[in-house]
Amino acid sequence: MIALLLRDLKLAFRAGGGFGLGLAFFLIVTVLVPFSVGPQSSLLSTIAPGVLWLGALLACLLSLDRLLALDWEDGSLDLLATAPLPLESVVTIKALAHWLTTGLPLVLAAPFLGILLNLPVPGFFWLVISLLVGTPAMSVIGTFGAALTVGLKRGGLLLSLLVLPLYVPTLIFGAEVARRGATGMETQTPLLMLAGITAATIALLPFASAAVLRINLR
Amino acid sequence: MSIAAKANSLWEYANPRKFLATSERVLPFFWITSAVCVVVGLVWGFFFTPDDYKQGSTVKIIYLHVPAALMAINCWLMMLATSLIWLVRRHHVSALASRAAAPVGIVMTLIALVTGAIWGQPMWGTWWAWDPRLTSFLILFLFYLGYVALWEAIEDPDTAADLTSVLCLVGSVFALLSRYAVNFWNQGLHQGASVMRVAAVTGADSEEKVSNVYFYPLLLCIIGFVLLFIALVLYRTGTEIRARRIKALQARERVSG
Amino acid sequence: MTLTVTDLAIARGGVPVLEGLSFALHPGKALILRGPNGIGKTTLLRTLAGLQPPLAGQIDGAEDQIAYASHSDGLKPTLTVMENLTFWASVFGTKGIQHALDAFALNAFSDRYAGNLSAGQKRRLGLSRMLVTGRPIWVLDEPTVSLDRDAVQMFAEAVRNHLGQGGSALIATHIDLGLDGDVLDVTPNKAKPQPIDDLDGGFL
Repeated sequence: MIALLLRDLKLAFRAGGGFGLGLAFFLIVTVLVPFSVGPQSSLLSTIAPGVLWLGALLACLLSLDRLLALDWEDGSLDLLATAPLPLESVVTIKALAHWLTTGLPLVLAAPFLGILLNLPVPGFFWLVISLLVGTPAMSVIGTFGAALTVGLKRGGLLLSLLVLPLYVPTLIFGAEVARRGATGMETQTPLLMLAGITAATIALLPFASAAVLRINLR
Repeated sequence: MSIAAKANSLWEYANPRKFLATSERVLPFFWITSAVCVVVGLVWGFFFTPDDYKQGSTVKIIYLHVPAALMAINCWLMMLATSLIWLVRRHHVSALASRAAAPVGIVMTLIALVTGAIWGQPMWGTWWAWDPRLTSFLILFLFYLGYVALWEAIEDPDTAADLTSVLCLVGSVFALLSRYAVNFWNQGLHQGASVMRVAAVTGADSEEKVSNVYFYPLLLCIIGFVLLFIALVLYRTGTEIRARRIKALQARERVSG
Repeated sequence: MTLTVTDLAIARGGVPVLEGLSFALHPGKALILRGPNGIGKTTLLRTLAGLQPPLAGQIDGAEDQIAYASHSDGLKPTLTVMENLTFWASVFGTKGIQHALDAFALNAFSDRYAGNLSAGQKRRLGLSRMLVTGRPIWVLDEPTVSLDRDAVQMFAEAVRNHLGQGGSALIATHIDLGLDGDVLDVTPNKAKPQPIDDLDGGFL
């Protein structure tokens, strides 16, 4: 299991691995927001938590279609399925690698982009906390979407269509935590809900992902 | 096992041929009764009920809005049930019924959304508000789209049935979650669910409830929509079965040819 | 570990391709799988490897015993030869890849990226993966594609060694590897189309 994680991390960091693409996308989206809504800092600081959450979500989505498709194309998935490692572990490790190479950098970059959008000072802490709690769910749900569409030649668009509705609860509670935090309101309820969703998806969704992967491998 | 005992089993209808024969026999009944119910219900509701003292004649859009909204949800529940049956018992008809139902569900959701917007404009002064109920229906609409898109994208019919069934299960959980999330996110303007109330209504109403005058035509419309839904799904499932049979015959020809 | 297949029927894309297939693969033996294109050799091998369920029949002694090599090698172009092999060795929980590098004369490129190898060299690397799996039953699908004559000899030698150590191999190939194995021709097992009146639930 460690070997698979290390391999995926190594692949992501090597040439053509796509590491940093999500981050660059996050940066660009954030920079484009003031161009589209105007530069008033009061407006920007109001929408900053939501914009940053949405940007992180889209950046996460961007890299999903490589998550399993590359291993599918070169036959590694077939071989992994015949290996002693259960597919449930394989998809969990894949999601973990995706989070480490996409989600975690987004969490770390978010405060700096928050400066660009005039995020109120108390909001920084809650933004990072909410993203830290929410992004693992996005990786796990994304892995499920990737497993569903892995056999399709142009699955990228379909993948977005399938995964985005599944992101709704995470986005609502995550952005709510960041928004409430930025305005100094109580954040405990949405944060608990967010954490609950993340914990439940991590616990249950890998079984669904492995099941659809098995179906796709037939 | 004796033939009589076999014929009594519900699963007998999982046989496509048996399903086709039966559905062709009962379809005319469903078409006619649903048409009668809907037409009578709508005419009664539109022309023979008084205007609401507060909402005026706009209230009469409930005769389309409520049954469509109801069927939009029930259709998803039906797909959930048939998906489960497919995953557990692997009856092809069950999977094809889910596939056949999805576009019907999409249309029902659209009707609910559009009539809701038309109703909302004079009542709330806006075509669209991010009210929890409206938002939930929009999310349900997205789930339907994804489900249908996945069916369309996969060539092998059994694989498609498997994957869409799992998506339907997972989607149901997330749709429910979204419903709660949306409720939490914005307490809305929408009045509470009409039908639950209507069923509870016995006599004089508080102003929030749909009053008795509207109840019977609404009930008729709901029954009509249920029958229409059944007719559409039976009919479309038959089409799916025939399409599937053509595919199977073509595949057979390729193998033996 | 003997692999026993009893009255197996398999389907590709929902259409039955082979039926009534029975054979046994004993330790130390090789079995050469033959049959015309499209008869279902690849489907059979994938079924044995556990990637798809059989339509009917029984497969015994396959669970966690089979090392499977498909048409594609599962190589990562941005990992070196050594890294590729080490990865598969640790996934299968074995140690040491030197014997695999030796068997397929890969020592000279062990630090090269797999993406820079020629087609034949990639194939050699893909086949050397079988040696690091530590599994007794090899299931190989057209292993000699893009191999030159020397490399084919290397491969045949590796299989012979494997058989000598009590392993077994099922190989779908059209060329003569010079192995003293039995030939399993699946042509007679081609699935007969069922009569239309006897359609399974009206579909097939």
